[in-house]
Amino acid sequence: MLRWVVVRQEAGSRQKRPSGQALGQRKPLIDKTTGIEKAIECIPDGATVMVGGFGVPGTPFCLIDELVRRNSRRLTLIKNDANEAGMGVDHLLQNGQVERLIVSHIGLNPHAIELMNTGRLAVEFCAQGILAERIRAAGAGLQGLLTDIGVETLLAQGKPVYQVDGRSCLLETPLRADIALIHAQRADPFGNLTYAASARNFCPLMAMAARTVIVETEELVGLGDIAPEAIHTPGPFVDYVVPLGELTEAYGVVSR
Amino acid sequence: MTVNLGIGLPTLLVDYLEEGFPVCLHSENGIAGQGPAVPFERADRNLIDAGGAYVSVLPGTSFFDSATSFALVRGGRLDLTILGALEVAGNGDLANWTIPGRFTPGVGGGMELAQKARRVVVLCSHTDKRGQPKLVRQCSLPLTAPACVDRIYTDMAVIDIEPEGMVLREIAEEYGIDEVVAATGAPLLISEDEIGRF
Repeated sequence: MLRWVVVRQEAGSRQKRPSGQALGQRKPLIDKTTGIEKAIECIPDGATVMVGGFGVPGTPFCLIDELVRRNSRRLTLIKNDANEAGMGVDHLLQNGQVERLIVSHIGLNPHAIELMNTGRLAVEFCAQGILAERIRAAGAGLQGLLTDIGVETLLAQGKPVYQVDGRSCLLETPLRADIALIHAQRADPFGNLTYAASARNFCPLMAMAARTVIVETEELVGLGDIAPEAIHTPGPFVDYVVPLGELTEAYGVVSR
Repeated sequence: MTVNLGIGLPTLLVDYLEEGFPVCLHSENGIAGQGPAVPFERADRNLIDAGGAYVSVLPGTSFFDSATSFALVRGGRLDLTILGALEVAGNGDLANWTIPGRFTPGVGGGMELAQKARRVVVLCSHTDKRGQPKLVRQCSLPLTAPACVDRIYTDMAVIDIEPEGMVLREIAEEYGIDEVVAATGAPLLISEDEIGRF
């Protein structure tokens, strides 16, 4: 009898919920806009930090600069590349904040290559698309992936091999991070994001794979100003939105 | 067809495409239907190819993330890739990403392109800077992918990789067959049919 009463109470409270019409008027989604210092403050020594971008497009230069000021040490960075000497994550390398780098390519940064060759920086190379999938796997809550990419190459070293349909496959582990630093073209206060052109690259994947996701945005728009079907990263993945002022030179065209 | 041009020499091919030639260029950083390179005065700061050159859009260009970009490659939607090489072996093994201790920029997207494009073409000089053959019996450098190359274009010759080894298809006007054979570190099979000239 008692059990029956409990169920009746739940059913009663459900009836009091707002109707569809009233839903549209309820309190808006939470505002995640934050100052840059407060956002970066949460990155401790020893953190694993994912940084979006492929070359300049998508690299969050302002968040990186703030991380240099914050001076967190012994970081593990996960990024497609190491930017170029004197740009982006190279500032973290020059400041001695990075212990380990997980990348697909560092060819445009001779400084990073020198640090690696002299044993001052541990570098783990990963095939570019597998780097993307390892990040995506973490974001999707998977415990790894099996692939034949890299079989019979140096990148297979130390990785368990499984046979799938008669084919040798490597077990690639998911890449999770404490923090992801992301650059968006446009964000609303809830953290719905869009990226410009080839600036998308690793950003939406990393935005799913870190415990705390910090986004800098060129433009902050109101809730509802980005059409729902045009959103590249949905707001629930994002923790902090940092609106940028005028863009610094780092974001500009590089004349080589 | 959908084509990916590797960084370096292959990228230069874009300038030789006839206008209106029906090809969809793919760039690993998330572009399909990529337009030609543009000088930096006219560049869009957010639009580069995988080699870092500023490029343009065409009607029908699309942008996507890196996972989608490599799904296109690994999933079998890339018809052709043209890559540079440090060494190619007679069985089609390709080495183009590292010279241990001297040159290790990282593999980038090279392994997936070499292993999964439906056709893999190498575009490289016939010999290296020291005059040593790049086409060899067996690669001495770490592999990008085993047995992946279908055809090689060099400044001296066009060579196909067949199950029986390297087959000479064409040679450049200024060279004789003996010179090509001498500059090649792997056995060259020479067809009894006429060898083309270019």
